[in-house]
Amino acid sequence: MPKNLLGLFLVLPALAVVVLLFVVPLGASVVGAFVTGDGYGLGNFTKAFELYTSDVIFTVVIVSLSTVLIGLFSVAIGGYLTLGENPRAVAILRWLYRWPLFIPFIVVGQVLRTFLAKNGLMNNVLVAGGIITPLQAISFLDWRGIVIAFVWKQTPFVTLLVAGAMASVDRGTIEAARNLGASRLRILIEILVPQVAATLTVGLVLSFVTMMSVLSVPLMINAQSPTMLTADIAFRINAYGDYGVANALGLISLGVTACVAWFYLRHSMKEKT
Amino acid sequence: MSILSTSAPRLSGIGLDLWWIPRAAVLGLLAFVIFGPLANLALWAVAERWYFPHALPLDYGFSYWARVFSPRGNAMESLANSVFVAMLTVIVATALAIPAGYALARLKLPFRAVILLAFLIPQAFPNLPVYVNVARLFYQIGLNGTIAGVVLVHVTHGLVYAVWITTAAFAAVDEELEQAARSVGASALRAFRDVTLPLAAPGLLASAIFVFLESLDEFTGSYFVGAPDVNLLPLLLYTSSAGGNYQVASITALLLLIPSIAFMLVVERFLKSDVLSKVGH
Repeated sequence: MPKNLLGLFLVLPALAVVVLLFVVPLGASVVGAFVTGDGYGLGNFTKAFELYTSDVIFTVVIVSLSTVLIGLFSVAIGGYLTLGENPRAVAILRWLYRWPLFIPFIVVGQVLRTFLAKNGLMNNVLVAGGIITPLQAISFLDWRGIVIAFVWKQTPFVTLLVAGAMASVDRGTIEAARNLGASRLRILIEILVPQVAATLTVGLVLSFVTMMSVLSVPLMINAQSPTMLTADIAFRINAYGDYGVANALGLISLGVTACVAWFYLRHSMKEKT
Repeated sequence: MSILSTSAPRLSGIGLDLWWIPRAAVLGLLAFVIFGPLANLALWAVAERWYFPHALPLDYGFSYWARVFSPRGNAMESLANSVFVAMLTVIVATALAIPAGYALARLKLPFRAVILLAFLIPQAFPNLPVYVNVARLFYQIGLNGTIAGVVLVHVTHGLVYAVWITTAAFAAVDEELEQAARSVGASALRAFRDVTLPLAAPGLLASAIFVFLESLDEFTGSYFVGAPDVNLLPLLLYTSSAGGNYQVASITALLLLIPSIAFMLVVERFLKSDVLSKVGH
């Protein structure tokens, strides 16, 4: 028992920081969402939905679309890393795919803001290559820019997890399927993906939460309406000091995340029973 | 698909692998997608004049660098602040994580799994509403707009890496070495200081680098708690980009990029697979 106490005593300071500086403010944001000018009520939510319903839908669609794309790309890259038969191509891909991994979101925002603009390098290269004419050049700095930024930044993270899990799948099964004449695409879809489904889901859920709370990318790429909820929250605080509606919007984004977490938990429970 | 993939070895058998055509196309496209935006950033950092419809900058030069790094420029202040905050964050987070990580790795703790998960909370909830309320709380106790306030926010954010990696690093150290030191008469503290700590050092260094980078790159918390009193690099990047000064924004972005990419290239040297396989367990 004293050893138990010693252990708790050693963990306690770190735990206290998380509780005081994260759990308590999280509680304050939940409570604050219901505080209106005259006591408690749903006034903030009425106002939030009145002003920002389109932004709520926009946010959910953008983040869901990005999550799906991240899933597809990470499975494709991870699959080639595991099943690719040309060692040189696999080595190049392994070296290539993870560059954006540690690049901060704020830098991703700036980098893509200049790259995807109407006169950015992407259009310039396409024009120079004769693929489009200068008149056809369009700016991608709207919802597409946000999706591209999210996918660009988060795919390496999920791929890193998925490729790690795929590497530990029993090679014998893959070889057996290969000998029976299964194509690599079929092995990927029918053997590898089901076996790494748990890791893939964890990576995608973590990415979903991250994307729900990134402020810099929507601020840098597309701050006009419709925009992401994070930009709206920052705007409510900075322009009006309106903590009520900001907290209500925060609780809505928390609710969206909770839905995703709930689906994930229900799915993983089903698998265990 | 199966017909295609069986034909590949036959083609390579005659010394010509036609599969390199699609491979090179896909890898080249991926390289463009990854390095194109980064090249654009590098061009902006050395562009003196660049406007539509010119595909490349009209003049190259380093006059913006001189402006950014001039002693009176606010970039130097931001850089100094960012490095100072990141170092303080590493010190505080490591001081909290070493005892916690040791206890989680070695001692029998009640609710160990729950405690380990508790450190994930700051990554598992959208943190923007939290920072908004932290800022409000800090404002009441006079911590808003101070270095200490920003450090506390960064510590909370980085603690999951610090505690999880530290726990894994201690768990990867052979427990018998510690017991051997104890059996020849070393005190528990001495055995920890002279045996376990040095052996866990590479893992601890990896955790410190993670926390340093997280702090250096953190935007949302700094935006609400630090700005406008505490100038940090991400805030400077945001304000100069919002003001249309792409040169200064790109130079700042490069300053933030270099440590991140350097770490990406060497991460495997610090985080060995024996430690990596124990993260989160």
